[in-house]
Amino acid sequence: MATMSGIARPVSVEGVLDVLDEDPATQVLAGGTDFMVEVNYGHRKPQSIVALSRVAGMRTWQVVEDHLVIGAGVTYSQVMKEQLADLLPGLAQAARTVGSPQIRNAGTIGGNLGTASPAGDSLPILLALDALVNIRSKHSSRSLRVDEYVIGPKKHALQPGEIIVSVRIPLSDTSQEFLKVGTRNAMVISVAGLALVVDWKSGRVGCGLGSVGPTPIRASEAEAWLAGVIDWENRRIPDRDGYGQEFGRLVARAASPIDDHRSSAAYRSYALSVCGKRAYERIRRQQRQVLPGIVNGE
Amino acid sequence: MSPMSSASPVPPVLPMSPPMPVAPDTTREGGRRESSGSNGSNGMIGTSGLIGSSVIRPDAVDKARGDFAFSSDLWAEGMLWGKVLRSPHPSARILSIDTARAQQMPGVMAVLTWADLPGDQVFGLDAKDQPVFAHDVVRYAGEPIAAVAATHPELARQAVDAIVVDFEPAIPLVDPDEALSAPATHEAGNVFRHITLRHGDIKAEGDVVVEGTYEVGMQDQAFMGPESGLAIPSSDGSVDLYISTQWLHVDRDQVAACLGLPPELVRLHLAGVGGAFGAREDITIQVQLCLLALRTRRPVKMVFSRAESFLGHVHRHPARMWYRHHARRDGTLVKVEARIVLDGGAYMSSSAAVIANATCFAAGPYRVPSAAVDGFAVRTNNPPCGAMRGFGAVQVCFAYESQMDRLADALQMDPIELRLKNAICSTDRLITGQVVGGTAPVAEVIRAAAEAPLPEPASGDLLELPGGAGRCAEYDKVVRGTGFAVGFKNLLYSEGFDDFSTARCRLDGDMATITCAAAEVGQGFVTLARQVVTETLGVTKVRISSGDTNEIGSAGSTSASRQSWMSGGAVLEACKAVADRVLSMAADTLQVRPETLRLSVGYVVSGDGIPLISLNDLTRGKPVEESVVFHHKPTDPLDSDGQGNAHVSFAFVAHKAVVDVDVELGLVRVVQLSTAQDVGKVLNPLQLLGQIEGGTLQGVGLAVMEELLVADGIVQNPSFTDYLIPTTLDAPDIVVTRLVEEPDPLAPFGAKGAGEMPAISSTPAVVSAIRNATGLALSRVPVRPQDIAFGYAKSDSA
Repeated sequence: MATMSGIARPVSVEGVLDVLDEDPATQVLAGGTDFMVEVNYGHRKPQSIVALSRVAGMRTWQVVEDHLVIGAGVTYSQVMKEQLADLLPGLAQAARTVGSPQIRNAGTIGGNLGTASPAGDSLPILLALDALVNIRSKHSSRSLRVDEYVIGPKKHALQPGEIIVSVRIPLSDTSQEFLKVGTRNAMVISVAGLALVVDWKSGRVGCGLGSVGPTPIRASEAEAWLAGVIDWENRRIPDRDGYGQEFGRLVARAASPIDDHRSSAAYRSYALSVCGKRAYERIRRQQRQVLPGIVNGE
Repeated sequence: MSPMSSASPVPPVLPMSPPMPVAPDTTREGGRRESSGSNGSNGMIGTSGLIGSSVIRPDAVDKARGDFAFSSDLWAEGMLWGKVLRSPHPSARILSIDTARAQQMPGVMAVLTWADLPGDQVFGLDAKDQPVFAHDVVRYAGEPIAAVAATHPELARQAVDAIVVDFEPAIPLVDPDEALSAPATHEAGNVFRHITLRHGDIKAEGDVVVEGTYEVGMQDQAFMGPESGLAIPSSDGSVDLYISTQWLHVDRDQVAACLGLPPELVRLHLAGVGGAFGAREDITIQVQLCLLALRTRRPVKMVFSRAESFLGHVHRHPARMWYRHHARRDGTLVKVEARIVLDGGAYMSSSAAVIANATCFAAGPYRVPSAAVDGFAVRTNNPPCGAMRGFGAVQVCFAYESQMDRLADALQMDPIELRLKNAICSTDRLITGQVVGGTAPVAEVIRAAAEAPLPEPASGDLLELPGGAGRCAEYDKVVRGTGFAVGFKNLLYSEGFDDFSTARCRLDGDMATITCAAAEVGQGFVTLARQVVTETLGVTKVRISSGDTNEIGSAGSTSASRQSWMSGGAVLEACKAVADRVLSMAADTLQVRPETLRLSVGYVVSGDGIPLISLNDLTRGKPVEESVVFHHKPTDPLDSDGQGNAHVSFAFVAHKAVVDVDVELGLVRVVQLSTAQDVGKVLNPLQLLGQIEGGTLQGVGLAVMEELLVADGIVQNPSFTDYLIPTTLDAPDIVVTRLVEEPDPLAPFGAKGAGEMPAISSTPAVVSAIRNATGLALSRVPVRPQDIAFGYAKSDSA
């Protein structure tokens, strides 16, 4: 057994990449809300750590042309703050469902991706928003869609030496909804989660599902069906009997849930279909018209 | 590769931040260095300090600020860290235990197994049937097999991993009903206790009969402060153990027996307790800690991880209950039949007393002329179960109150009317044949809880609807329901047990010192004792010490809603004895009759309140000290028909619940619980409110989320990530509509214990409200979302 070589605390992304280049086994510590649980359980025994907390550049978000770029170190609490929450209400809603205020102050979007749990609360909405995960190493950079990035339960596509630096989300004129079912009214691991995005500008529908399969799942068939019934020209989602239900049915069809101590596969599928129906109805009723003013934020 | 071959002896993972250096000899009385009001207030901000005032806990500010030293914060120079190896199998033979590799690891100072135990191999509160270390068999997953002490906690963890145990796993016995007929898993058999209760005319029949089966899942006490303590050996072969517990002396007796030491060589001291709720009644780490310390001749500290804590202490018994109620057409109860099976898990713990409670209280606080109840507590290979707040009364209350609702339905009668019609009173007999006696304001608590005004309808705010922060609710799918339940329980120990308490009062000038081993686990004995002193001696400078087990006799357990009565009583009698002596000393000095004198604010005063002589003048340097042992009235064991005067006293409680249910998703938000409780007399209103709110919420947890899931003998959710307890968003408004103060003639100040009652009727009240909202039968707690959603979908389409 080697001794712990210490904790590096660089102040720039380049500094982080240097550390990882030197020792690709170095473990990356963001908010620590998953990391420390694993350490406490003895499931993770880091030999060396690089902490991201001093990398100021990763803790901000900004608008770059028609995209929003959110630093990997942006916390759930930041996501819930006004300007970002106005731009990405679905992501803010998802962030609010994470843990307690203390956890939301520490936990980060990059960390949620880093853990790559099927129950990661921000992943369904990032999937539905067509977010790209920006990845860098000392010598390269690349971007992956969330469904390319998460490749299995708690497994992701990062190579040694790589970290997530940010996520990039197209800015558009969208309606967004996030719903999460759990057995407690707060601070609960998702039993089923659903994010729905209707992009009025591009005529696109995104639907991401959480906790109902080995990875976050994209409900492609449900997306296509909904895109087909929306009256895009008049920005209308039809108010027809059975439509919400049909959307819910298609959503549940995309899932492959399991029985575990948190719930049963049958209830997860069922809850998902209810959430699908409710998301459909909510967006039908809301239909946000206005693109809010865009300001860069901390 | 040798694990520690590198040059640096520093353990290989993140070092733990150094705990607060609290010298253990200053941690008496729950971790505070000074208990006599270091905030300059004697803990009596804005109060008279007398009985009936809201005296603030002396540790309140420290606890709120995170400054309080819990048992997990203990530290001693040169201490080692202990760690226990546990069985991964619920049932297995142990073929061999090889500790050689662990022994050889640098920094590992001891690796101990059953073979190292100098005294008794087994312990237990009742029957001694539980091994300190498993020897040839393991009977539950989590059973200790070995213990190590090392210079760093991570090293201790690695040493435990290096112990090789060769198991031959067997198929575990996990079904409590099967346990009754299955081959014995222990030489003492699979039935801890079977009580056959027969009362009245067991052939009696009612005009209306309702039948049901009910199930209660395994609830955990879920205290925040994990099992932890520090053992310090002495050169004379004795040991001091600083420990969070509910009963120092019974721990001491069990530990000494296992160590093979006379009890006086094992000194237990109370360390700061982070909650108990019954889970600290059995010993968990006590023997291992002392043994490791004596072997290594160094202080040894142990702190359970959360997962170990869930495996390391007993839980509330899961229950399966069949009931048949008989009533006349006017609602008068005729007979109750019941069969209750409690799963006690692998070892006995307090199962025998828990099933006695469940059986005695099986019919509820009602006049029931005839009863036939069979209560079983059985042994399985599931985790051991024992004491938890409510102690057997919780499980049956869910069943009998569900039955009362069902009966009201069958009779088309208002459920509260039905309860009032049958409410027991002090001259009635319980189904054990015992006359209730004392006070029994059952009708009063029912009426008072029922009359609470209903809350406003739900707003549209998703955060306040079922599902809360998950924002999954749909307003028009949310249905409001109301429900009601009544419950009761015994106070103090029963069935002939003499759970006395000992207290010493010493008055030196105007400063009183109370020594009493009553374990302060958060319930507020430290404030109550202070109030008793101020009330009886008229002084406000009070020091409370729990002493160690050699300094003072037993105070009994902090359980069974008994410490205010028993240790409060002991302190009261000790103070009265001191007051008598002081008054006669003053009478001698003043040449008056002692009856003309009394004590007030540091003085002996005349009957009309004129100060005559100060306590400082009278007793400073000539302290007056009195010790008493306080007993409650004796009780009898139950006879072969489950009859007898087995209990000292009873307290009664009622809850009305209001819930919002998302009937489609099956999610629940408990909106309001209003309650009335029979408390005898209010001693400290603020602390009483704390007990009521906390207990009520624990009952909400059992109703809708709290369950330790066990599959094939393995706990599935030993973490606070997955063992869910209510958060602020799950907590209803708790409205106390009335505290019924009818003094119990036997109790000091007339006060009944109040800690358990709130946890008894809140669960059935919530479930009754969910039934009211959904129309579903819901015969199992906790109620799961799928129980509602799938049940509702079925009934909706039918």
